Amino acid sequence: MSDFTAQNVTSEPRVAEGEAGFGDYFALLKPRVMSLVVFTALVGLLVAPGGVSPMIGFTAILFIALGAGASGALNMWYDADIDAVMKRTAKRPVPAGKVPAGEALALGLWLSALSVAMLGLATNWVAAGLLAFTIFFYAVVYSMWLKRATPWNIVIGGAAGSFPPMIGWAAVTGDVSLASVLMFGLIFMWTPPHFWALALFMKSDYHKAKVPMLTVTHGRKETRKQILIYTVLLVPVALGLAFTSVAGPVYLATAIVLNVIFVKGAWDIWRREEDAAEADNYAVEKRVFKFSLLYLFLSFGALLIDAIWRLI
Amino acid sequence: MADTKGLTQTHEIHQRRLGRNVGTALCLLGFCAIVFGLTIAKVREGGLLEANDHVPRASVLPITEQLE
Repeated sequence: MSDFTAQNVTSEPRVAEGEAGFGDYFALLKPRVMSLVVFTALVGLLVAPGGVSPMIGFTAILFIALGAGASGALNMWYDADIDAVMKRTAKRPVPAGKVPAGEALALGLWLSALSVAMLGLATNWVAAGLLAFTIFFYAVVYSMWLKRATPWNIVIGGAAGSFPPMIGWAAVTGDVSLASVLMFGLIFMWTPPHFWALALFMKSDYHKAKVPMLTVTHGRKETRKQILIYTVLLVPVALGLAFTSVAGPVYLATAIVLNVIFVKGAWDIWRREEDAAEADNYAVEKRVFKFSLLYLFLSFGALLIDAIWRLI
Repeated sequence: MADTKGLTQTHEIHQRRLGRNVGTALCLLGFCAIVFGLTIAKVREGGLLEANDHVPRASVLPITEQLE
């Protein structure tokens, strides 16, 4: 009885543990992934022939980013169970108990609809259709189907992250061209070595979550070989882009240097024995992973410089 | 001494709710600004602005005069 009274007279409101702040909802949109989407979509938009007014360009980039964020929220809703197991993702809002899974789903669905509709109204329905397909591909094809089913999840699922420059291009031109397909191809071929390098030094996470990463299903030696194969396959795509109308000498020179370094890094990963990697705490794998981020940033940055160069 | 916590004291949960409400308000304001800015940009672009305004539009009327 006394306990009951004490609880009722206290002036302190009860803290709802799950009550999320604005930042928690923002975190559902995977802001770091969004930054890459913004950058690549912006380059796709700026190198496209024609051009749009700054306001329409800004709106297009904003809603492409929001669409990517929406697919991130849908991914967090669906993957909450495996996110809770992995150290890297355990603090995400849904597994941490800050945002209920249903709210993540609702936010993802509403933002998907809003971003596609607004991109269509601001630019054209080809770009909006590509954005809708990207969200569907990431949330359904990758998250719900491929991720838990096949070790090639990263290869096929990588398509979702490859669409933004193509959408940016379509926002201006209303079509799909060889140059936009090659920009798509650049990110598509870059994704497997990037993620497999990460998987090599984050091994316990994927094991624990029972996600069939290549390292888990085919072993680490095979993963090292596949990193080299995909990095070599990336070279013709990257150099092929240099001979389209969007690229110029800056991109060509940058692509040659970056691809030589990337292939050398992949070669080093392939040649390494697991014991040597364990001994230096995966120094080479970590170096190649960090370089892969720089690779993508500099490749698209070079395209941007060439586009500015043409305007001068 | 009496408890120094008054009715006006805000709890951490109130601050979180305030942050969420302010964030939502700013998002809505931003959305309105974008729609407004987009409208201005589209109007300035001109182009396909000939909507159905219940008056005859010259561009859709059949040519009635003989062209030389």
